[in-house]
Amino acid sequence: MQAPKAPPKKRDWSWRSQAFRGLLYQLIAIVAVVSAVWWLASNSMENMRVRGIKSGFDFLSQPAGFDIGEELIGYDSNNAYWRAFLAGVVNTLRVAVIGIVLTTILGTLIGVGRFSRNGLVRGLCRAYVELFRNIPILLQLLMWYLMFTELLPEAAEPARWGNVFLSKGGLTYPIPVWAQGFAWAIWGVLAGIVASVFYRRWAKRIFEETGKGRSMVWVPLAIICAAGILGWALGGAPTAMHVPKQGELMVEGGGSLSPEFMSVLLGLTFYTAAFVAEVVRAGISSVARGQSEAASALGLTKSLEMRKILLPQALRVIIPPMTNQYLNLTKNSSLAVAIGYPDVVSISNTAINQTGRAVECIALIMAVYLTTSLSTSFFMNWYNNKSAIKER
Amino acid sequence: MSETLNYQFIESRPAPMRTEGFMPWIKSNLFGNWQSSVTTFIVGGLLLYYVPQFLSWAVFRATTVNDADACRVAGVGACWGVIKEKYRLIIFGRYPFDEQWRPLIATLLMIALVIASCTRALWSKWLVVLWVAGLALYFAIMHGGVMGMSVVPTDRWGGLPLTIMLATLSIIFAFPLAVVVALGRRSHLPAIRTFCTIYVELVRGVPLISVLFMASFMFPLFMPAGVTIDVLIRVLAGITLFAAAYMAEVIRGGLQAIPKGQVEASASLGLSYWQTQFKIVLPQALAMVVPGLMNNFISLFKDTSLVTIVSLYELTGSLGLALNSDANWRPYKFEGYLFITAIFFAFCFAMSRYSLWVEEQLSKSKLR
Amino acid sequence: MSEPIIKFDKVNKWYGNSFHVLRDIDLSVAKGERIVVCGPSGSGKSTLIRCINRLEEHQQGHLTVDGVELTDDVKAIDEIRKNVGMVFQQFNLFPHLTVLENLTLSPMFVGNMPKKEAEEKAMVQLNRVRIAEQAGKYPLQLSGGQQQRVAIARALCLTPKIMLFDEPTSALDPEMVSEVLDVMVELAKQGITMICVTHEMGFAKAVADRVIFMDQGQIIEQNKPDAFFNHPQTDRAKDFLGKILGH
Repeated sequence: MQAPKAPPKKRDWSWRSQAFRGLLYQLIAIVAVVSAVWWLASNSMENMRVRGIKSGFDFLSQPAGFDIGEELIGYDSNNAYWRAFLAGVVNTLRVAVIGIVLTTILGTLIGVGRFSRNGLVRGLCRAYVELFRNIPILLQLLMWYLMFTELLPEAAEPARWGNVFLSKGGLTYPIPVWAQGFAWAIWGVLAGIVASVFYRRWAKRIFEETGKGRSMVWVPLAIICAAGILGWALGGAPTAMHVPKQGELMVEGGGSLSPEFMSVLLGLTFYTAAFVAEVVRAGISSVARGQSEAASALGLTKSLEMRKILLPQALRVIIPPMTNQYLNLTKNSSLAVAIGYPDVVSISNTAINQTGRAVECIALIMAVYLTTSLSTSFFMNWYNNKSAIKER
Repeated sequence: MSETLNYQFIESRPAPMRTEGFMPWIKSNLFGNWQSSVTTFIVGGLLLYYVPQFLSWAVFRATTVNDADACRVAGVGACWGVIKEKYRLIIFGRYPFDEQWRPLIATLLMIALVIASCTRALWSKWLVVLWVAGLALYFAIMHGGVMGMSVVPTDRWGGLPLTIMLATLSIIFAFPLAVVVALGRRSHLPAIRTFCTIYVELVRGVPLISVLFMASFMFPLFMPAGVTIDVLIRVLAGITLFAAAYMAEVIRGGLQAIPKGQVEASASLGLSYWQTQFKIVLPQALAMVVPGLMNNFISLFKDTSLVTIVSLYELTGSLGLALNSDANWRPYKFEGYLFITAIFFAFCFAMSRYSLWVEEQLSKSKLR
Repeated sequence: MSEPIIKFDKVNKWYGNSFHVLRDIDLSVAKGERIVVCGPSGSGKSTLIRCINRLEEHQQGHLTVDGVELTDDVKAIDEIRKNVGMVFQQFNLFPHLTVLENLTLSPMFVGNMPKKEAEEKAMVQLNRVRIAEQAGKYPLQLSGGQQQRVAIARALCLTPKIMLFDEPTSALDPEMVSEVLDVMVELAKQGITMICVTHEMGFAKAVADRVIFMDQGQIIEQNKPDAFFNHPQTDRAKDFLGKILGH
C-alpha cells in the first residue's frame, strides 16, 4: 500500500499569520524603494531640464575633442567618446593585470618569508607588512609620483645602464622591431604548451605504471622554451631592435613607460603586496601542525610534503581572500585620477566636465567595475565549490 | 622483569646546552644553517650600508630652522624646517588662522569620546546620551554662530580634524545600517533579501572614488530644485553608504556562524524575531567578528584620504594646499609627506594594536 | 638474548633550558614485544615514543632503533621512519585526499611503487582493519572510529617493524573506542612490535607483555600487566591506579 500523501498546506490569511505579515512587510519595502527611486529620478529629470543638459547615451558617438596622455589603441582627439572610454578601460586593465602579477609574486615571497629560519628576514617581512598596510594608498601613490617627478634626473641628462634610460620622462628601453620571426616564436610557444601537456600526461602514466618519477616541471618548461626559440629561428631569427638614443631635450625611440604609469603600478603593487603577504601567511598557518608530523612519520621528503600536503590545503584557504585583493587592486587603480594617469575614471571625469552628462558617465564606470567584480566573484564561487574539502 | 621496591627519584637537572637566551637565539635564528648565515650576511650588509645613510639624511644632517635658505645649503639633509613653518596649515587646512584653537578643542573632544567608548567601564545607555551631547558641542564649536564665535562654513574645514571627523561619524552611522542590511540579507522574505543583496553587491563592486563622484556630482541632481545639501554632508553620506556595505558582509559572516540551535532555543522560549536578534544572536555574532570590523574601521580611516579628490581638503590635501603655492618651500614636499605618513601610521598602528587587545579580551572570556 | 629492537640508554630530554621532560631513561624493547606506557598527564609518555621516530630530539644519551642510532643524520632518520609506523591521537589524515590516496601516497612517492601494486597493498590493509568499503570516501566523511582505523591502515602500508600508538582512542567517542581497540588487539596477535601510550587498561591486560609506568619524566615501574595492575609496588603507581580504576 502506498504511504499516505501529506495534506495540502493550509494558508491562513488572518491578520496575525506569518505568511500575511511577511507579504505585508515585503510590499511595504517594495513600495518604499520604488517610490524613492521614482522621486530621485523625477528630480534629476527636472534639474537636468532646467540646466539644459540632455540625457541619454548618444553623446558616445560624438567626437571627444580631448587628448589622452598615453594609450594603446591609437586614439586621437577626433575620435568618438566611446573610443576615449575604451582607451581608458585598456589603460586600467594594463596597470591592473601587470599589478596583479607583480603583487602576487612580491606578496607571496614576503608571506613565505615570515616563516623563514632567519630572524632578520622574518623581522624585515613583518616590518614591511606593518609599514605598507598602515599608510593610505593615495598617500603612497602621491609619494611614488613625487619620487618619479622630483627625485629622478632631468630628461636631458638621464641615468643610464647600457641602452636603458631612467629620467623624469620615464623609463625608456629597447624593444624589438616587430618581424615575422616573433610571430613564429609565439606560435612556437603555443605549440610547446600543447606538447608539454601531452608530455605531462605521458609522464604521469609512466609513473603510475612503474613508480619511476619523471620531472614534471623542468622538462615541460624546457620544451616550451625550446619550441619558442625554434619558432623564432625558423622565422628568420630577427634581432633588430628600436634602440633609444639620447636626444637634445629627451630620450627618443625605443619603448617607454611614463612616470605616471610607473608610480601607479609600483604604488599599487607595494601596497597590495602587504595584504597578499598576510593572506598567504594565514593560509600557511591554517594547515594543522599534525599534517606535517603525519607526513614526516610516513617518510615524505620536505618537498613532497609541501607539494602534496601543505600547498593544496593552504591554497584552498588562500585563494578566496587573494581574489578579493586582486579586486581591491583593480578598484584602487581608479586613484590614478589623482596623478594624471588616464585610466577609465580619469577619462570619465573629463567627459563629465565637457558634456555635463554626470549620470551616464558615472553609470558607465560603475558598469565597468561591476563587470570585473561580478565575474571575479563568479569564478571564485565556482573555484570554492569545486575544491571544497568534502565533509559529511 | 620487576623493578625494585623503592625507586630513586631523579631530580630535575638543568639542560647541558642552553637553548634559550640571547646567544642561542642568535645562533639558531641568524646562523642556523649555511643558507641562513649567507642571508644574514647579505641582508645585514645591505642594512648596515643603507640605514646609516638614511639616518644621516633624516636626523644627523637635518635642519630644523624654518628658513628656506638654510635648507638650500649644500650637504644639508632633511629640511624639517618646512614642518615647523607650515605645520598649522598642514594640520588644520584652510580653517581661519586665528580660530584654529576651535578645531583643536573640538577634535580633542571627539578623540576623548572615542577613547571613552573603548573602555569597558563606560558601556551603558548613558554613552549614547554622551555622544549626542558631545556631537552637538562639536558642531557648535566648529561651525560657530553661538557664544560669540564667528561662523566658519564647512568648505573651510580641513586637515586632520576633517579626517578624524569623517572617519568617526561614518563609522557611527554606518554600523547600525550595516547591522540592518546584514539581517536583511539573511531574511526569509525574498524582496527584502533581494534589495539588501543588490545594495551590498553594487556598492562593493565599485571603487570608493566613484561613490564620492556620485555624491558630489549626482546628489545635487537628485534633490528637488532649490534644495542644496552641504558638500560635507553629501560626502559623509557617500562614505557611510560605502562603509556600511563592507561592514554588512563582515557581520553577515558572524551571523552565519551562530548555530541554528540558538535561534531555536530562543523561539522555544517565546522570544520574537527582533528580541532574538538583538538579545541572543547579534551579541554573539558581533563578538566573533570584532577583528574583521576593526579592520574595516582602519580601512575607513585610510579611505577618508580620498575626499581630497572631491576637493575636501583633509590631511593629504591640505599638505598640497600648504606647499604647492609656496615656491620657497615646494621642493621640500617629501619631508611634508613623511610628516603626514607618520601621523597616519601612528593612528592606524594604534588602532590595530587596540584591535589585537580586544581580540585577546574576547578570547579570555571564552577560556574556562 | 637477541638484540633489542629499541634501546634507550640514559636518554635525557629538555624543553628549553630548564624543563627536564625525560630523565635518565633506560629501556630495552625486544622484537615482537608489546608494551603499554601509562602515567599521569605531563609524565613524558608521548615525548618518549615521539623520540623513537625523531618527531622529538633527545639531547643526551643514546637511542638505537633497529640497529641504527638516532642522531642528526637525515639519512638515518629516513631509514628508521620507513620501519616505524605511527598512529596519532588526532588521526592526522590528509583531508583533501581520499582514503585510498592517503594510503598509497607514501608507497608511490617515496617507495617508488607502481600505482596498481600500491593500491592492491592498500586494499589488503584496509581489509585488515575492516574498512575496505570506504576506500573512495574522503576522511571528513567518516566517523572518528573509522578515521582512526584508516590511520592505522595507512601506517601499516609501509610494512613497519614497529608500530607506535600515541593515545589512539583518547579523541574518540566511547562507542567507537572498542572498534579501534579490536583492530589493535588483532594486530598485536600477529607479532608486530607495538608500543602504545594509552589509558585503556582492558587493552593492556589483554595484550601487553609489559606495562611501563612513567611519572615526571622517569620510568617508575615496569612489570607484567597482571603483576602491575594487581600488585603495584610503588606508592606512585598505587596512587595512579587507584584514581583510574577507582570507578
